[in-house]
Amino acid sequence: MSNAFLKVRDLRVHFPTDDGLVKAVDGLTFDLVKGKTLGIVGESGSGKSVTSLAIMGLHRGSRARVSGEILLDGQDLVTVSDEELRSLRGRKMAMIFQDPLSAMHPYYTIGTQLTEAIQVHEKVTKAAARNTAIDMLGRVGIPNPQRRIDQYPHEFSGGMRQRAMIAMALINNPELLIADEPTTALDVTVQAQILDLMRGLQDEFGSAIIMITHDLGVVAEIADDVLVMYGGKCVEQSGLDDAFHRPDHPYTWGLLTSMPRLDRVKSERLIPVAGNPPSLINLPPGCAFHPRCTFQEFAYQDCAAVVPELAESYPGHLSRCHIAAAKRGEIFTEQIAPRL
Amino acid sequence: MSLLEVTDLQKYFPTYEQKLLRREGDPIKAVDGVSFTLDTGETLGLVGESGCGKSTAGRTVLRLLNPTGGKITFEGEDVTSIKGEHLRQLRREVQMVFQDPYGSLNPRHPVGAIIAAPFEIQGIKPEGGVKKAVQNLMERVGLNPEHYNRYPHEFSGGQRQRIGVARAIALKPKLIVCDEPVSALDVSIQAQVINLLEDIQAEQNLAYVFIAHDLSVVRHISDRVMVMYLGKMMEIADRDSLYERPMHPYTQALLSAVPVPEPRRERERILLTGDLPSPQNPPSGCVFRTRCPIATERCAVEVPMPTELEPGHVVACHFPKVRDVL
Repeated sequence: MSNAFLKVRDLRVHFPTDDGLVKAVDGLTFDLVKGKTLGIVGESGSGKSVTSLAIMGLHRGSRARVSGEILLDGQDLVTVSDEELRSLRGRKMAMIFQDPLSAMHPYYTIGTQLTEAIQVHEKVTKAAARNTAIDMLGRVGIPNPQRRIDQYPHEFSGGMRQRAMIAMALINNPELLIADEPTTALDVTVQAQILDLMRGLQDEFGSAIIMITHDLGVVAEIADDVLVMYGGKCVEQSGLDDAFHRPDHPYTWGLLTSMPRLDRVKSERLIPVAGNPPSLINLPPGCAFHPRCTFQEFAYQDCAAVVPELAESYPGHLSRCHIAAAKRGEIFTEQIAPRL
Repeated sequence: MSLLEVTDLQKYFPTYEQKLLRREGDPIKAVDGVSFTLDTGETLGLVGESGCGKSTAGRTVLRLLNPTGGKITFEGEDVTSIKGEHLRQLRREVQMVFQDPYGSLNPRHPVGAIIAAPFEIQGIKPEGGVKKAVQNLMERVGLNPEHYNRYPHEFSGGQRQRIGVARAIALKPKLIVCDEPVSALDVSIQAQVINLLEDIQAEQNLAYVFIAHDLSVVRHISDRVMVMYLGKMMEIADRDSLYERPMHPYTQALLSAVPVPEPRRERERILLTGDLPSPQNPPSGCVFRTRCPIATERCAVEVPMPTELEPGHVVACHFPKVRDVL
């Protein structure tokens, strides 16, 4: 996939701390083409948000050590100058944050913040920028945008605020949109509206979207490809259908079996993943998931000693596991699928 | 006789308008006429969007908030306005598990003291001493009893929620109100806590009022489910009839909005437009009518009464109609 719009190669984000080196992201590689959505799934501390901040170059000025390659349209974002990065941010790539109240400035009106985003990148008059902003607010479904534009963030409801932030992110038609848990704080009815909106805007602008979430339902709804992260590493990567119908990593199985279903009553008990997510300072040796994995007996290598490589288990499906791919397929069909 | 009977419960919060002389404005009707019953060992799920009054309803039932109107009967006894010693006695029977495992545990108390607090407050001396009882409780909820002297910050989110559960079951209550007990937890940890709650229920024949916004979790754990909107009850039914045969347009919209983890599943989606109206100034007639896809003029003038349309299936709508939305 050499024509990918975004190419991430062996991305590492490490934070030196007093307690030791935190490897928040440790060797992440993926491609994203325009018009497609990549869903990144993982628990808190799996490195999904740190990845998105790294792409946006928001670790600069912190103690983070970022290495590897992030190629956006051929340009390496890891090495690019601050100046250049600033011109890309907001214009070529933009981000939607989880909490719009803290991501927007409380002292400025929505309109001021939107027009600023336009005028930073384009030489247009204030009036023209304001018109563009009103138009954009209308497109994300904010009723009465002429009036709303002069209000402050606190005057908007949660769903409206999230729309305003989406409007701010989309105002310069970015080719890459990163959405970090954009609907987690919202009610399901509003979530449905926002997901619909994002899908519609993608159809219109053909942007590439990275959707970061812990909700597999949201992924099933919006993603084309799925990447599952655990302990700073990608443990499984595949197309959408395979991710749900032929998942191939014990951690993904755990996520799926521990989730109750809306549309049917599962077996009487849920099957949780035992234990707790790992500490990134003190990652377990070998496969980071091994202390919680119940299938280690099938591995052909010592899970507690050797870090498994990300390998193709069947065409188009990568996973990081010491159990033979054929055996994993067998375990899934016999033990996991009936419990879903 | 049901364990808990709630009849026409109301909880209004007064507001104050800034005027020359401070005077009371329209109250916020957080809970406005909610009725349900709960049997021993049963779980009632309480769902709705944020601001619908589900948490307020849960807290009012426990008398953490004083009801504005209506009646709460626990084990046949009217507890709507009991006070002092009498109310303290009730607290042995009814307990709560809170949403935020960070905010609901005192950071300056060791876990042992947190779990022992109910014994202390109620003046109960458990057999074998408080420490032994606390360690038994810790073991019961899957914590290491040796961590008795540790502080809340030394535990993960899931473990803290176990501490909250241990404290709630310390006095062997008959009813626990769980307010979003798993929504702050990671998916893989959620299931651990849900299983724990189910096991304890089976052992002690506990009744739960389970408040959550995650409709999948509620389906899993509940026997019956009540849907609330703007302080009012919209629909209450057995779990499966509510999910498979919802009759209220709000329930249908809510269910249809939940994404299911199954790609390319063709589902009908009922999109609600607009925002939740203010509970200070709710719409006339049916409170849901401003966002309802099938509202008519009648809905604006006439409040729909909760009506039992099928055995155990109560709906407050003028035009109820079964619709499969899953």
